[in-house]
Order: sequence, then C-alpha cells, then structure tokens
Amino acid sequence: MEQYVIIGNGVATVGCIEGIRSVDKESPITVVSGENHKVYGRPLISYYLQGKTDLERMKYRPDDYYDKNGVNLLLGKTAVSVDTTAAGCVVLDDGTKLPYTKLCVATGSSPFVPPFENLESVKEKYSFMTLDDSLALEKALFPEAKVLIVGAGLIGLKCAEGIADRVASVTVCDLADRVLSSILDTECAALMQRHLEKNGMTFLLGDSVARFESNKAFMKSGAEVDFDVLVLAVGVRANIGLVKDAGGETDRGIIVEDDMSTTLPGIYAAGDCAQGPDLSIGAKRVLAILPNAYMQGHTAGVNMAGGEASLKNAIPMNSIGFFGLHAMTAGSYEGDLYEEKTEDSIKRLFTKDDVLKGYILIGRNERAGIYTSMIREKTPISSVNFDILKKAATTVGFDADARKKKFASQV
Amino acid sequence: MKRVYVNEEWCLGCHLCEFNCAFANSGLSDMVLALKGKPIFPRIHVEEGEKITYAVSCRHCEDPMCVKSCIAGAITKEEDGVVRIDSDKCVGCYTCILVCPYGALAPGETGAMQKCELCLENSCGAPACAAGCPNNAIVYEDRSPKTSLTDDAAGPACF
Repeated sequence: MEQYVIIGNGVATVGCIEGIRSVDKESPITVVSGENHKVYGRPLISYYLQGKTDLERMKYRPDDYYDKNGVNLLLGKTAVSVDTTAAGCVVLDDGTKLPYTKLCVATGSSPFVPPFENLESVKEKYSFMTLDDSLALEKALFPEAKVLIVGAGLIGLKCAEGIADRVASVTVCDLADRVLSSILDTECAALMQRHLEKNGMTFLLGDSVARFESNKAFMKSGAEVDFDVLVLAVGVRANIGLVKDAGGETDRGIIVEDDMSTTLPGIYAAGDCAQGPDLSIGAKRVLAILPNAYMQGHTAGVNMAGGEASLKNAIPMNSIGFFGLHAMTAGSYEGDLYEEKTEDSIKRLFTKDDVLKGYILIGRNERAGIYTSMIREKTPISSVNFDILKKAATTVGFDADARKKKFASQV
Repeated sequence: MKRVYVNEEWCLGCHLCEFNCAFANSGLSDMVLALKGKPIFPRIHVEEGEKITYAVSCRHCEDPMCVKSCIAGAITKEEDGVVRIDSDKCVGCYTCILVCPYGALAPGETGAMQKCELCLENSCGAPACAAGCPNNAIVYEDRSPKTSLTDDAAGPACF
C-alpha cells in the first residue's frame, strides 16, 4: 500500500490523481492546497470577469470528484517543508506531518512583483493568478474606473479583455516593445495590438513604471498614467522552494526527467513548477501551459503508482484569443519560413531538418492541431504533401497509409 | 466500442454526411426547415484532395489530447469511451483546436466548440452520417484491436 501526497490542487494535481488511479485504485491520496477552493480551471479567471463563465461552471471536476477518487483534500493548508531524512513526510503550516511514500509537488507559480518605487502608496493593487485574485479585483471594479495593467503578456492581456466592459478605460504597459512577447514576433504582435486597440485598449510599450504616487504611475518615458485600479501582471516564478530546500535540483523550475521524477527519491513534480524536457528545443524548460500541467501530472501519477509513463513530446503551445481574434502558437520559430498574410491574419510556419518546428497562426487557425501533431510527432516533411499542408491544415496532405491509420482504425 | 470509420475509396464527396449531421443535431424534425438557406455547422466534414475525398469526424481517441488540454474541464471521456463536450462549460478558448491531430473540432453556431458525439444523445441514437451514407464510405463499427471484426457496420436506420 502506497501513501500518496500531492502538494497543490490545480490541473497538474488532477492529472496526477487520474494517473495514480489508472494504476492503483486503493492506496490513499492526500492533496494539500493553500487555496480554499476545489479545483477550477485557472485560466478561466478572466472569462469569469467577462461573464463567460461562473463559479459553478468553472469547476474543473465535479464536486464529488475527490470522494470518488479516494482523495483526502486538505484545503487552506500550506506545506512548509519536505522532510526526506527518514520515512518522508510533508510538514504543514499548522505543524501537521503528512507521511508519504510517493510525493508529487505541483505547487504552480506565483506572481513576480519587481521592486517598484513607492508601490506601497497604491491602495488598489491586484495580482491576477488565482480565483481569489479575480474575486478581489472584481470588487474593486466600477464603471468609471481607469485601470492600469503592468504587463502585456498572456495574463495581463486576458485580464484586460476580461474587465474591458466593466470599466471606463484599460491601459497596459510593458517593458517589452510588443504585446505577448513570449509567443509573438514583432509583426504578429503588431497585428494583435492593433486589434486590441480597436477594442479600446491603450498601450505603453517599451516603457516601465519608474515610481508610483498613490493613483498615478510615473513612467520612465516621462508619461504619467492616472488610474483607480492597478493590476500587476509582470510575470510569474515557479514555486520551487520545497524541493530546493530539501536538496533537490532546481533551476527556474524543479528539474524533472521525462517520467517527472525529481532528483529526490520518491518525489515527483508536475505543472508550472516543473522544468522538464521540451522537445522543441531539446532541453529542459518550464512549460507553464495547462495541457502540459495535466500531462505531466498524469505521467507523474502513473509512475508514482508503479506504472510506466514518460512525456517525451512536450512543446510550448498556446491558444489565446482576444475580442474574437485568436492566436495560436506552437514549437520554436526557427528554420525556413512559409508565410501567408492578409489585413487581419498571419500564418507563419517554420520548417527545418525535414520537420515542422513551429508556427504562429493569427486569425485563421482552423484545425491547427494537425500542425501541432506534426511538430510533436516530428512527422518528416518528405513523408507528406507539404504543398497542400502548408496552405491549409488538412489530413489530405498525409499519405494513404497515414490516413488509413487515422481514419480507418482505432486511435 | 463502436466508432465512425471511413472507406475513402468509396467516398464520392457528396457531402450528404454533413447535411445529415447538421440535421441530426438540429433538434428539428424537418430537414428543409433545419437546413435550407442557413449556414450549417456539421460535426463531420469532407476532406477533399485532388483525387481523394473522405469524411473526418472525432476519432474518440483512446488517449484524447482535447480532454487533457481543455482549460475548462468541459471535455470528458466517459466510461463508455465517448468523448463529449459540455457546451455550457466551454468558454471558446480554442485550445482543443490547437491540440486535436485530426482537426475534428470547430466552433458551432453559439461559439461553443462542438464535435461528433456519435448521435448518441440526439433522436438518431447512432451516427446519422454512417446511416445516411449511400456508399458505406462511412461506417459505425467496432474496430478495437481486441475485438473480432464482426459485421455490425450499420447502425439503426435513421431516415
């Protein structure tokens, strides 16, 4: 009989529970989380503010999920350390010691707030990571409010979209010279920025806040921004402390192999806190995206329960839409470029060494998963009709055997 | 489990499956009222190459990427093996489109994602595309590796 403990209660944890239960239906699982909520779709917090979902529909699994899976759920408790010296136990903030035989650290990430001068003078300031953040921000919003969002990344811009109809104005600033700088190149970012501006967003890019003075931000460029509400969405940092303090190898995230094991015996890590293999660059990287969190968690769970699983084809991939315009990106942007452009769409496919390495698709992204699978499976371009495939994501471009496998047999 | 499979050598590319699909999922009892003069949102669509045509719909994968990737937990694979979307939970983020290797999901009329759910919940009770295909180019049968291939191709007649 194993004794499983999982720290954190996000999507990686659900993956882990389901991975464990695919092998071991009996042994008890304990889940510890500082958040006082059962698992919810974390990226939905902006859709909640937008009115596209609600607290009930945000539930990532049904209410009876934990009971049905034999999970003892400890909410509102924080793990403060992992004792690996003897039998292994997790120490909680209330002094409780949770013994484990297999542990999964799925602690996610936390907002990173740079030391802005006089930030403490700002009363209404919020992060945008958790459901509680979203609920707190919601209370601060009012129709006449001017909102300043620091950070034009995925989190900052989803927040901007979420609150757009509930406030008077949204200004977004970022040190980077473009929006979504982690996933879009300059031209693609410009297209998305134009679209966001058409929908009322104002941008201050290549600029950062020098200091705050209660309801005013003084920018390095000399610009001044008045605001009622400040949202800090500069970036996130993986929560690696528990493993690092216990002597496990960490870098930007907790270092894991493709079976999600850390360098500490019996301890696994998954989700936004983990730094595992990224097929697209052939190195380990934090891939803080939801599908990866689930798949890493599931892989960890299977291995924790004595099964065999490995995640060998993780790549960065994102689907993110704003005001009806969707951007999809995947893999790495290296090699030869195939491009199609219109006024309001861009398609960029990158090929190298006979494989599709990555893509950016804005506006036209029907069936993009066909491209994603080519990246993940390293489908040789020489084995497909790429003249057809590059123009449209269609399975017609695959050869007859591949089509037969996909559509005339079980997959 | 029984799934929808295609025989591309028999497909004429008539697109009848698309109309049958849209009709079966319309909730209406008159095909003309349901489809005539309106944009249709079928959950199956005909792929057309230079010399080949065949219909593509959800494969109900053994290990579905869409289920693992849905940010809302709106896509599930039940005990019966059927992959379903709870359109009430879907927020239209398109992550399922990002990951489906078959291109089998697309937004429906309301903006929520939709895909083939084998007509199990609608009045057909079995895939309308297969039942209505004039050439058996679409069949509904069990091709699981462990099961013997019995001749249970045709579902209950729907039309």
